Amino acid sequence: MEFVQNFPFICIILSLFSGPLSSILNGKKAKWWNAFVITAIGLMNVAVLAFVIHSGEPYVYRMGHFSAPWGNEIRVGILEAVMAVFFCVTMLLCMLGGIKEREEEIEESKQNLYYIMVNLLLSSLLALIYTNDLFTAYVFVEINTISACGLIMIRQNGRTIVAATRYMIMSLLGSGMLLLGICFLYSITGHLLMSNIQQAVWNLHETGTYQVPLLVAVGLMSVGLAVKSALFPFHGWLPDAYGYSTVSSAAILSSLVSKGYIFLLLKIFYRVIGFEVIKDSKVIHVLFVFGIAGMIIGSIDAIRENSIRRMIAYSSVAQIGYIYMGFGLGTELGVLASVFHIICHAATKALLFLSASSLTEVSGDSTNFFDLTGAGYRNKAAGVAFTAGSLSMVGFPMLGGFISKILFAQAAVGHAYKMLPTLIALAISTILNTVYFLKTVIRIYTPMRPEERQTKGYKTAAMKEQPVKSVALICFVALNLVLGLFSQPILTLLERGLSMFA
Amino acid sequence: MSRKVPEEQYKKTRSFHLKQWLDGTKDPFLDTVEMKPQQEFKEDTAVREQRSEEKKKIYERVFDVEHNAEMRLFQRIYRLFSVLFCISLVLVLLTGVSYLPTFGHAENPVNNEVPQRYIESGLQETGAVNIVTGMILDYRAFDTLGESHVLFIATCTVLILLRIDKKKGKDSIAEREANDRIYEPKNDVILQTVARILVPPIIIFGIYVILCGHLGPGGGFSGGAVIGAGLILYLNAFGFAKTERFFTAKTYKWMSFGALACYALAKSYSFYTGANEIHSVIPLGTPGAILSSGLILILNICVGIVVAGTMYTFYVMFRKGGY
Repeated sequence: MEFVQNFPFICIILSLFSGPLSSILNGKKAKWWNAFVITAIGLMNVAVLAFVIHSGEPYVYRMGHFSAPWGNEIRVGILEAVMAVFFCVTMLLCMLGGIKEREEEIEESKQNLYYIMVNLLLSSLLALIYTNDLFTAYVFVEINTISACGLIMIRQNGRTIVAATRYMIMSLLGSGMLLLGICFLYSITGHLLMSNIQQAVWNLHETGTYQVPLLVAVGLMSVGLAVKSALFPFHGWLPDAYGYSTVSSAAILSSLVSKGYIFLLLKIFYRVIGFEVIKDSKVIHVLFVFGIAGMIIGSIDAIRENSIRRMIAYSSVAQIGYIYMGFGLGTELGVLASVFHIICHAATKALLFLSASSLTEVSGDSTNFFDLTGAGYRNKAAGVAFTAGSLSMVGFPMLGGFISKILFAQAAVGHAYKMLPTLIALAISTILNTVYFLKTVIRIYTPMRPEERQTKGYKTAAMKEQPVKSVALICFVALNLVLGLFSQPILTLLERGLSMFA
Repeated sequence: MSRKVPEEQYKKTRSFHLKQWLDGTKDPFLDTVEMKPQQEFKEDTAVREQRSEEKKKIYERVFDVEHNAEMRLFQRIYRLFSVLFCISLVLVLLTGVSYLPTFGHAENPVNNEVPQRYIESGLQETGAVNIVTGMILDYRAFDTLGESHVLFIATCTVLILLRIDKKKGKDSIAEREANDRIYEPKNDVILQTVARILVPPIIIFGIYVILCGHLGPGGGFSGGAVIGAGLILYLNAFGFAKTERFFTAKTYKWMSFGALACYALAKSYSFYTGANEIHSVIPLGTPGAILSSGLILILNICVGIVVAGTMYTFYVMFRKGGY
């Protein structure tokens, strides 16, 4: 066994160990350690990715002295490695971009607690990506949920406490459903290892036994993870949680936490149940319908919103709807489009949250839409970044959002009865996206009258004054451009990853 | 043969006291224990009204109920839908359960090669007489590693929410401690006597449960909970002044760090050697002996420390917001 094959395990253990380590460090040291850990893990995952691309086949890593159905194991393929690299990059940029806000908004003695949450969140995301065991996935879903709660409420004002309570309740409902689904699946298949369950489920599918518990299990797991990733009717917790928490929390929650759950759902569809069985079940039609409803209703809610942070949060509901719609199509192309959109949305939404926080900072810390007039002139870097992010979300060519929209449209073409609804929903949703994003872009580039500006006393922020944040914003814009301009190699990689994912 | 005792002397004997107590003519606790009748809880109507008024005001300000027609509608249909949702979830689950294989049947899918190997060769492969401990701490140790970090992160979240860090000013610990004696012990003789008798056996029993986790029922999770309960009882009886001598925030920090780091290191070693097929140097020992079953004993101790610290910290945080 090559040494590089140990890296996924080392990554998980390193970030897990960094949690307790941060508890004995002070805030400043914990911050540096956290940045170091994320970078190191990102680099290790790049090495793993290179190794898997080179060897061209996934490998299984045994956690301990006992092989799979008895012990635990992790499984590494191209898709997993791509996701891990991408999650590390996004998390690092989110953490860098929000340093100033974190230091202002979190009590100094509680700074290190924030880094405990982030380290453990990273380890749980990595474990969700790499694990090949359904129960291990559940354990790390728990860590993910609790740390996300901590990230929301560490900025202590009344709204975040309410938001965290709501998040906790909804998220625990989701966890409970996931656990019940796993229990059902275990009692009809007798396994917790994903590959073994797939074999057993295929046998059940062929012989036609235990069809009702199988359907209940698939339904419970899908609904549970949909609740946790804020699919349309379950999105009530989302605007508060993303709208009032400190900015790096909001960026991490929207771009990583919900994506981790979606990736787990993808894993359940592909590796646990088997895509053929999923296609035959009715569950994907339900996901399709709610995905489309989310695309439209989320956008309408965003248009009606007056606060820029909450507007971006509602836009997440719409984008999550896109991803579930892709799953709901039930074709390889649809899933590919969804996976690309997971990446694209994560890069864009984090960019939007970070730049929006800079814009509100130069508008007297008000998130209100009208106070943002001319904010793009007061903070030029943030203005450009926000515009780039908005254009990507709307689907402007050369940026990531365009590619994912065209992929969704391509995936829908030729589908017997889902083609028309998908295309119509895409069109409506794109128009609605344009309405609320370009409305904001026009607003931040509408000059404010000089006398009004003097009375309000808004300050300006140059790029030099906040170098770290500017670098993070530039990196995110570059990431969006890369996703838009060099999508073909990334898509080929994802396609290869998906083919070896099952 | 009997001996005549003067009445004065007889009144001092234990048998006379017992007789008095049985007759009910004398209460032994009178004048020795501080006893106050419990006061009925009374609240000014004005205070109560003000409180409910404030609650309503906050609610209205946060959700802007007056201008928020959507919210009003939501509140109306919320109850109906929650009941409908619960009923339908219950129905779905009951339907699903009724189609499941009969519980405990030998032909069930769950009775496959996995539990068979745990039962048949668990003792030889892990060295633990208690198969459950062997399963959670050796076969599937990765899950348990995650599970102990769940406890740790839960404590950290409670610290975020409840820890009071302000050294001075309004709502600081110093101010609250100066103002009242709510955290001080009540010097309740009954509680203190009972605690003095019970706490040592409780903690010793907890240690026993942890140390013998691989030999019989027990282990880190249950033993840690027992120790945590003992510490909480001690705290209740004697107050923070006594517990601070050996358990502060710093103790907890280093204790949980040490235990979790030890756990992560031990398991990294066994994962690494296991995956790379390197022979592990840790001996399994004789099954049944206290020093046996390889790493399981150490892992149990680590888990026990984390669980005990977590229980105690939860209690302290909810009671006072600091150690």
